[in-house]
Amino acid sequence: MSGHTDMVLVDENGMRIDGRTAEEHRPIKIEAGVLNNADGSAYVEIGKNKVLAAVYGPRECHPRHLQNPTKAIVQCKYNMQAFSVSDRKRPGPDRRSIEISKIISEALEKVVLTELYPRASIDVYIEILQANAGTRCAGLTAASVALADAGIPMRDIVPAIAAGKADGHVLLDLNKEEDNYGQADVPIAIVPSTDEIVLLQMDGNMTREEFDHAIDLAVNACHEVYDIQKDALKRRYSKSNQEVSE
Amino acid sequence: MSSEIMSEIKRDHIVNLLKTGVREDGRGLTDIRKIKVETNCIESADGSARVKLGKTEVIAGVKIIPGTPFADTPNIGVLTTGAELIPMAHPSFESGPPGEDAIELARVVDRGIRESGMVDVEALCITPGEEVWMCFVDIYALDYDGNLFDAANLATVCALKSATIPGEQYGKGENKPLPITCLPISVTEVKIGNDLIVDPNYDEEQISSARLTVTTDDNGNFRAMQKGGCGSITLEELGICLDRAVEIGAEIRKIIG
Repeated sequence: MSGHTDMVLVDENGMRIDGRTAEEHRPIKIEAGVLNNADGSAYVEIGKNKVLAAVYGPRECHPRHLQNPTKAIVQCKYNMQAFSVSDRKRPGPDRRSIEISKIISEALEKVVLTELYPRASIDVYIEILQANAGTRCAGLTAASVALADAGIPMRDIVPAIAAGKADGHVLLDLNKEEDNYGQADVPIAIVPSTDEIVLLQMDGNMTREEFDHAIDLAVNACHEVYDIQKDALKRRYSKSNQEVSE
Repeated sequence: MSSEIMSEIKRDHIVNLLKTGVREDGRGLTDIRKIKVETNCIESADGSARVKLGKTEVIAGVKIIPGTPFADTPNIGVLTTGAELIPMAHPSFESGPPGEDAIELARVVDRGIRESGMVDVEALCITPGEEVWMCFVDIYALDYDGNLFDAANLATVCALKSATIPGEQYGKGENKPLPITCLPISVTEVKIGNDLIVDPNYDEEQISSARLTVTTDDNGNFRAMQKGGCGSITLEELGICLDRAVEIGAEIRKIIG
C-alpha cells in the first residue's frame, strides 16, 4: 500500500497489466476432494495463487480447554509455505497468519452447524503453495469447499474475493503488483443466500463512494466464485458415483 | 475477546433494554463512554499516553531509536506496534506470549496508523540507506471493560502525537517532535440481535455476535477496517457503521485534538 506511482497499473483504455478490465477477476479453478487422508479437501487456483485446504473432523477438540459444551468450534490454521513468496518465508506461524487464521475461523463458524457437535473441533488447514495477492480469500474459498466435501452440515458455502484501488481506479481482485503499488485492499466474504458479510477487512485510503463501489464489485464477484465452488462439488460428486458403480 | 459464562437473566436484561433503545449503563446506542487522556505520563518513554474509555484503561508508550532500515525501503523510518493483554487487566487474560486476540488488536491499530500515514515515516531518515529512526509502539491493557480496539487506538494516537525524537541522546542532532500528519480514529461497533451499538462494554461484547472496527482520517476517508466475531453483518448494517464511524470519529478527534 505504499502508493508508488512510477508504475502504470491501469492504462488509458482502463486495461490492467494482466489484460483484465476493472471488473474482471482472475481465472479461477477449483477442485474438490484432492487429498486421501483428510475428511474433505479442495484445491483452488486464482490467477497465480495456488492454495490447498483440508478438513478434519468433527473430532475431539485439542487443546481441551477450548472445548465448548454447547457447540463445536472451527479451528483454522492458515500457513504460507516457505517457497510460496519471492523471498523465502520463515516457516511457522507469524503475526499475519495468526490474524488471518482467526478471521477465517470466525467467518466459517457462521455457516457451519456447530450446534450439532458439542465439544468437538472442526479443524481446517489452509496451505498457500504459491502466493500472488488475495491468498486469504483464495484460502477461505478453498476451505468452504473442503468443509462441504467433508460432509460437514452447513447453512451455505462461503465465497471470498477482494476488491481494491490502484492508480486511482476501483478494481476487482488485485494481483500482486496492484496490491503492492495500489492504494487500498478490501477482502470480503459473504453468505451468498443472504448477502450477509462474514469477513471484511480494509486497508489503504478510500472515500465512501469508492468503498461502496468496491463492496458492490466484490459482492457480485462472490456470487460468481460461489457458482464455481458449487460446480466443483457437483463434479466431485458425480465422479464418486462413477467410482461406486465401477 | 475472552468468553465467560453470563447468567441468562443478565443477558435477557441487556437485550430487552436494547429493544427500548437504552443500554445497561444508561447510554443510547450510539453514545461513547467518557474519554480521559493523560499524555507523557512516562518519562522513560519518548512518548506515552494513558487513556480511559469508561472503565477500560490502556497505556501506550513509544520508544524511538536509531537503526538500520529495511533493504526494500532504505530511506524510510520503521514503525511497529505490539499489544499485550496482561493478567492484571482481567481474570480471563493469561501471562505468556501474545495470543491471537492481542495480535489482532495490535495489527488493527497498526493498520489505522500506518495506512493513514499518521507518522511521516519519510522524515525519519537519518542517513539514506544506512540509518533511520525506528519507532516502537507498545500497548498494554490495564483494565478491561470492553472495546480495547478504540481505547488502544486512542492511546497510540495520543502517545505518537506527544512523542519526541531523542536526537541528543544518540548524538543525531536536536530533539524534535515526531512528525505527525493526521489523527486516525477508530470507531468500533458490535451487533447484539439486530442492534448495532457503539463502544461496547465488557458485558455487551460478551453477548455480541459480530464486531466491526472502522478507522477514518481527518477528511473522513476510510483507512482501515476489521470485522470480527462469528456472526455476520448485512450490507445495510455496514452502511450504518460507516456513517457512524465518520461522525463519531470526528467527535473524538475534537476531544483529543
